Amino acid sequence: MTTQPEIKKPSPKDFETDQEVRWCPGCGDYAILKAVQMALVNSGSKPENTVFVSGIGCSSRFPYYVSTYGFHTIHGRAPGFATGIKLVNPDLDVWLVTGDGDGLSIGGNHMLHALRRNVDLQIMLFNNEIYGLTKGQYSPTSRPGLKTPSTPLGSVDAPLSPCVFALGAGARFVARGIDTSIKELSSTLLRAREHKGASFVEIFQNCIVYNDKVFEEFTGKKRAKDTQLHLRHGEKMIFGKEVTKGLRFNPQKIALEVVTVGENAITEDDILVHDEQNRHLAFMLCELEPPEFPAICGVIYCHPAESYDQSVHDQIDQAKQAGKADFNALLRTGRTWVVT
Amino acid sequence: MSRQTSPDVNGPDVNGPDRNGPDRKGNGVQELDSVVVRFAGDSGDGMQLTGTQFSVVTALEGSDLSTFPDFPAEIRAPVGTTFGVSAFQINFGSVEVSTAGDEPDVLVVMNPAALKVNISNLRKGGLIILDEGAFNAKNLKKAGYITNPLNDDSLSKFDVRRMDITRMTVEAVKQYGLGNKDSLRCKNMWTLGLLMWMFGRKRQPIIDSLTQKFAKVPEVARANVAALNAGHAFGETAEMSSNLRRYQINKYEESPGTYRTVNGNQSLAWGLLGGSRLAGLTLMLGSYPITPASPLLHILSGLKEFGVITFQAEDEIAAICSAIGASFAGGLGMTTSSGPGIALKTEAIGLAITTELPLIIVDIQRAGPSTGLPTKTEQSDLYQAVWGRNGDAPIVVLSVSNSTDGFEVGIEAVRLATKYMTPVMILSDGYIANASEQWKIPDINDYAPFPVKFHQDPEGFQPFLRDPDTLARVWAKPGTPGLMHRIGGIEKDYDSGHISYDAANHQRMTDVRKAKIDNIAGDIPLQDVSQGAPGGRLVVVGWGSTYGAIHQAVKRARKDGQDVAHVHLRHIWPLPRNLEELLTSYDTVIVAEMNVGQLNTLLRSQYLLNTVLMSKVSGQPFKIAEIAEEITRNLGDGK
Ligand code: SF4
Repeated sequence: MTTQPEIKKPSPKDFETDQEVRWCPGCGDYAILKAVQMALVNSGSKPENTVFVSGIGCSSRFPYYVSTYGFHTIHGRAPGFATGIKLVNPDLDVWLVTGDGDGLSIGGNHMLHALRRNVDLQIMLFNNEIYGLTKGQYSPTSRPGLKTPSTPLGSVDAPLSPCVFALGAGARFVARGIDTSIKELSSTLLRAREHKGASFVEIFQNCIVYNDKVFEEFTGKKRAKDTQLHLRHGEKMIFGKEVTKGLRFNPQKIALEVVTVGENAITEDDILVHDEQNRHLAFMLCELEPPEFPAICGVIYCHPAESYDQSVHDQIDQAKQAGKADFNALLRTGRTWVVT
Repeated sequence: MSRQTSPDVNGPDVNGPDRNGPDRKGNGVQELDSVVVRFAGDSGDGMQLTGTQFSVVTALEGSDLSTFPDFPAEIRAPVGTTFGVSAFQINFGSVEVSTAGDEPDVLVVMNPAALKVNISNLRKGGLIILDEGAFNAKNLKKAGYITNPLNDDSLSKFDVRRMDITRMTVEAVKQYGLGNKDSLRCKNMWTLGLLMWMFGRKRQPIIDSLTQKFAKVPEVARANVAALNAGHAFGETAEMSSNLRRYQINKYEESPGTYRTVNGNQSLAWGLLGGSRLAGLTLMLGSYPITPASPLLHILSGLKEFGVITFQAEDEIAAICSAIGASFAGGLGMTTSSGPGIALKTEAIGLAITTELPLIIVDIQRAGPSTGLPTKTEQSDLYQAVWGRNGDAPIVVLSVSNSTDGFEVGIEAVRLATKYMTPVMILSDGYIANASEQWKIPDINDYAPFPVKFHQDPEGFQPFLRDPDTLARVWAKPGTPGLMHRIGGIEKDYDSGHISYDAANHQRMTDVRKAKIDNIAGDIPLQDVSQGAPGGRLVVVGWGSTYGAIHQAVKRARKDGQDVAHVHLRHIWPLPRNLEELLTSYDTVIVAEMNVGQLNTLLRSQYLLNTVLMSKVSGQPFKIAEIAEEITRNLGDGK
C-alpha cells in the first residue's frame, strides 16, 4: 500500500516571505505584490526556478517579499543583472521589478537594450510618476507643472510614455495594468510570463505619500468603467458603464477616436477589433491618454520572436557540435615549434 | 637589450651591428647575440603585419624574442603625417630576451614621418634602411621637414642605406596587373624580403602564410610573394651584399617542449578559460569594447565550442552587471576593460563585494586620466584597483608581469574568486596586451582542478553562512530547491542574511569582509626574489609589465658584481605575508613603476617603509638603461 502524499493546493501564501514589508501603508505596491503572487500560483511557477531582480527605489524592495530567489541590485542596472542570469541559466524564470525613475531615468539605457535584444524577462515597471524613496522629486514620467522639492515652481520637463518608449525600443510584448485592478493585472502578468522574450508591463501605481491620487481620474472606483478600456485580442475595443463607448479609426486624422454606439449613426461595426500583433495599432493605443481617452489596459502588443538568450545558446550549441572543445589543442593553434 | 647582457660585453658598441666590429666574419656575416629591429611607416604601410611575420619566422628559427607594436590611436590618420606613424619593434637573440629593447639597432623607415618620429631612439651608429622613393617634397612637408634629411648631415651619426623601395616594388609586381595602390601595398613585403636576407631567415613560412591570406585573390598573393622575393634578391646581388651587412643570430638554448608566440591578451584569455574549466564553471563574459582590452572580448567570443558565453553589453556598467548576474546564477562572471571603463564599473564592484559573489574584473591599463592616451601604456590604475570604491570595499588584486604570465594569473584569479567568493581584479597593461613573447605551452592536465561545490543542504541554510577557515559564504544557485534567498546591496545580518540596519552588525560584517580578504595572504605563495637573494644593498621592486626591463637591468648590475636584487609582485592585494620582512632586509628599496608612485604609496602605507621611487609616465615602457642608471645612482660608490 502506498500513501499518497497530501497535495496542498497552491496559494499566494506560498510566495510570501517572513520579511516585514516596509512600504508605506496604503502604497499601491501591496496590491501589485498580491497580483504577482497570484500570477505565480496560477502559472504553476516553482519558487526555486523563479528569480526576481530589481534596481533601487520603493518598487525595487519587491524581491525581499517574494519567497523565490531574489537579487536587489543597484540603481537602474537590473536589466544587466537579469541578462547575465538568463544567459547562464535560461531555464530560470526571471522577473524584473523597476520604477519610472529606476527604469527610465538612470536605467533608461539598459531598459532600451533589454527590450531591443528581447531577453526573456518579465519587466514590471511601477509607474507612480515620482521618486518615492528619495522623498518626492519629479521623475521622467511626472507631468509638467508638478511641484516637488526639486521643482518648486513646477516641472518644465516633458514626460515620456513608458509604453511608447518600450514599443519604440522594439519590445515584442507591451501591456499595462493598474494597482487597483488586481485580478486584471494578475492575468496580464500571467500573459507576460507565458511570452518568450522581453515582456514589458507598465503598472500605474499610487504613491500615497508623494503623489497621491495622480491616477485618480481613471482609477476612481465609480468612474473606472467609463475611464478604462481593457483590451482583449480579437474583440471589439468597447468600454463604459453601458458598454456603448468604443474606439474607432479615423482615416482622415490617422488617429483613434472615442465614439458611442447608437449616437450619430454609429454601430458596433464601426468599433475597431483589437489585434495585439499590429504594431501600428499598438503605437496608437499607447499614445491615448486620459482624460480625453480611456486608460488602455491589458495586452497592447504581443508579437513573439526568438529570444536573445535562445539565440545565444543556439550559437553555442552549434559551435559545440561543430568543434571539439580540446583545451590543450586550443593552446597549440597557429604556429608552434618543438625544442628537443 | 640582451646585447648588453652578453658575457663578453666590453663597451656599448662592441657587439652592436657595426660592420667593422670584431665579430664580422670573412663572408660578410656578422654574428650577434641579439638585435633590435624597428619597422616604421605610415599606418597604411602594413608595418604591424611586416613585424608580425618577421617575428613568426624569427621564432620558428629558434631565437628568443620580444615584440612591441606601437601604433597610433587614430584608425586612419592622414597619410604621411607624424601622428599616423605606426611602428613594430622586435628584439631577438640567442640569449634571453625579455623586453622589446631600449634602442633599435636597425630602423626600417617607409616615409619621412616615420624617420622623424623614430630617429631619436635609434642607437648611435645604427643602421637605417629607408625608402628613398617616399622622400619626395610632399611627404617631407607633411612630416614637417624643412630640408631633406637625406641631403644634410642630420643623419651622419648613422649608417644610412637609401634604396628606392617604391620603384623596385612596383617593378617587381608589374606583371600581376595590380592597380597602383595595390602595387604599393606590396612595399612592406619587399622590405621584409630584404630583412629576411640580412638575417638569413627562410622565406617559406611567409610565402605559405601570404598564399593562405590572399587565397581568394591569387594575383595579390603572387604579387606579395614576388615583392618578398625581389627584396631578398636585392640583398643577394653581389654588388649589394658587399655593401650591406648580414647578421647571424644563433639559436637560443631553450628547455625542451612545444613553443609558440603569445601576447598578453591571448595568454590571459586562455588562462581565464583554463581557470573556469578547473573550477568546473561556465565562463560568462560581459564586456564593452575599449582599447586595449577589446581583444579579450574577441578571443573569448570565438571560443563558443567551450561553452563560453560572451555578451557585448550596451555599456561598461551593463557589462559588469551581467557578469555579476551570471555569478549569482552559478556561472563564473567576468568583465574586461581599461581604466575609464573600470571607473564606470565601480559601483557594481561594490555590490559584488557586499553580496560576496565571485567575479573577475580585468583592467588592461592605459595612460590616463580620462581618455588619456588610449594606445599608450601606463600602470596608473593601482589605486583604483585597491582603493577605488565607496565604503570599505576590499578585493583581491593580481598583476600580470609579461606576455605569457596571463595564463597563470588568469587561473590564480579564478581559484581565489571561487574559493573566497570575492571579486578579483587583474591588472595588465597595453604593453603586455600587445607585446608578444615566446611561450612554452603548458599542459592543462598539470594543473590541479579546484571544482566549485555549490551549497545543497536546506538545513539551517542562510545565504551568508560562512566557512570558518576561508570565511567565504556559501554559494547557492537559483534552481536549487529549498535554498531560495534574497541578496542585495543593503547590509545583511551576519546570522540570518536578512536586511539589517543594526550598527553593531555593520561593524561585524565590515570586519569579516576585510578579514576574508586579509586571510588570503595565507593562501598565496610567499614573495620570492626573482634575481639575487634576500638581504643586501639594494632591491628593485616592480609589478606588471616593468618585469622585463627591471630583470635585464638587475641582471646587468649583478654581472658587474653589484649587490642588487629584483622582487616582482604578482599579488598586489593582499600582499604576500613575508613581503615586509623581505623588503626591510635590503638597505635600499627602489620602487620602479609607470605612474607617479602608486605601489610606492601602498608599500609605504603598509610597512612604514622608506623607499626610493622611480617613476615614468611617458606612455612608453621603461628602458633597461634608465633602470640601470637608477640602480647605479642609488648605489653611490659603485660596488
Ligand atoms: S513612498 Fe510612495 S511609492 Fe514609496 S512606499 Fe511609500 S507610498 Fe509607496
